[in-house]
Amino acid sequence: MAESTESLFETPLGALHRELGGRMVPFAGYAMPVQYPLGILGEHLHCRAAAGLFDVSHMGQAELVGENAATALEALTPADVAGLKPMRQRYALLTTDAGGIFDDFMVANFGNRLFLVVNASRKHEDFARIEAALPAGVKLNRLPDRALLALQGPGAVAAIAPLAPALAAMKFMDVAEVTIAGVPCFVSRSGYTGEDGYEISVPADAAEAFARTLLALPGVAPVGLGARDSLRLEAGLCLYGNDIDETTSPVEAALVWSIGKRRRMEWNFPGAERVRDELANGTQRLRVGIRPEGRQPARGHTAVHVPGGEAVGEITSGGFGPSLNGPMAMGYVARAQAADNTPLELMVRGKPLAARVAAMPFVANRYAR
Amino acid sequence: MSDLKFSKDHEWVAMEGDVATIGITDHAQQALGDVVFVELPELGRMVKAGEACAVVESVKAASDVYAPISGRVVEVNSALGDNPGTINSDPAGEGWFFKLEATAPAELAELMDDSAYHRFVEENA
Repeated sequence: MAESTESLFETPLGALHRELGGRMVPFAGYAMPVQYPLGILGEHLHCRAAAGLFDVSHMGQAELVGENAATALEALTPADVAGLKPMRQRYALLTTDAGGIFDDFMVANFGNRLFLVVNASRKHEDFARIEAALPAGVKLNRLPDRALLALQGPGAVAAIAPLAPALAAMKFMDVAEVTIAGVPCFVSRSGYTGEDGYEISVPADAAEAFARTLLALPGVAPVGLGARDSLRLEAGLCLYGNDIDETTSPVEAALVWSIGKRRRMEWNFPGAERVRDELANGTQRLRVGIRPEGRQPARGHTAVHVPGGEAVGEITSGGFGPSLNGPMAMGYVARAQAADNTPLELMVRGKPLAARVAAMPFVANRYAR
Repeated sequence: MSDLKFSKDHEWVAMEGDVATIGITDHAQQALGDVVFVELPELGRMVKAGEACAVVESVKAASDVYAPISGRVVEVNSALGDNPGTINSDPAGEGWFFKLEATAPAELAELMDDSAYHRFVEENA
């Protein structure tokens, strides 16, 4: 049961996690807290009721500088980066030449630079791919000396605003450079829970004291990776490596909204041919939300069938939604089965479990739009 | 819990006559986290020692529960269906899983007593 966490990387908050009673597990090469003594269920519900503090320092942070940085990045993503207004952030995909998804990431326009946050499991590949595509005059600066904290939940703004009133004026997907408790921070009003909140990049050497400051705010409790996963699944958000990867296209993954309108006229991003074809002719399969009947969860890799019939897909993420108070999943099904409410059967341990296609998010998001 | 016996898969067994009540240990429920669903064996099913015969699901993952001894399933704790959290709050009491009519009661001797189980947990921590 106990897996060795030796030879794993530590975030700047490793010692704090242990002090808080975090149960450390390997994740993307890092020792990370899957939960604290409150437990996944309690941490999940606390985040939806008050505010949760997450260490996401394992994720990759970098900045892209140079006059044509946005155009350079557009060579690798179908997102509209050039049209991203100053102090705004956007969700984007890196696509493969074959039209798969190389990674998903956040890009923010801080005026004099683009700020990127990519998945921990993909950061080395992502940064190498970006660097290899850069023209003269555009430079990628990796930021390994920065930690990343997420403060998420309906209580987040009230908890942190006394430290920096400017935070309260931000809208969903705004970014700002703000000094909070004496620490210069890159802040975005976004997250991975479906709740209002902030992701805050801080210098690694200030991270522990900063985290302690946030944990001392009213209503703030530490939340581990376990609840991070159940929160994002309730919010209908993809996990790279589970729900999207190099074999899934942006159209199959129902992430067409992340493709810029202009980019859909230019068709000059990696894999544009496949995306263009799929938008015109449809795809074989689509990512959908799935709700099993009853209380039994169906996990990733569970086969999806038509009732009493053939296999039409597979679950990519599945579990129990503490706020939903029921099981939930997402996965890929054949296009004919992708409409909301379509009955399905999930083969769990050899037995069919009745389920239906369901709209996502499973729990309504509460972004500060 | 001194008259309970324990398996290496972290189940406990309480014998009363030839009927064994089986559940998971406090250590196991802590490791699993909050239980949200439990699948219990069918009544009358014959199970062998070490056979997976129930499933316990936490928010995060599904885990098998094994029969610590061989026998026939004579009762299941259907109250867990509505209140799976009982497995966390009272694992050695109201959180029991199922009862077996033992077909090879001698197998009980293969299981650990309380102090041996605690040593086992510490050694495998």
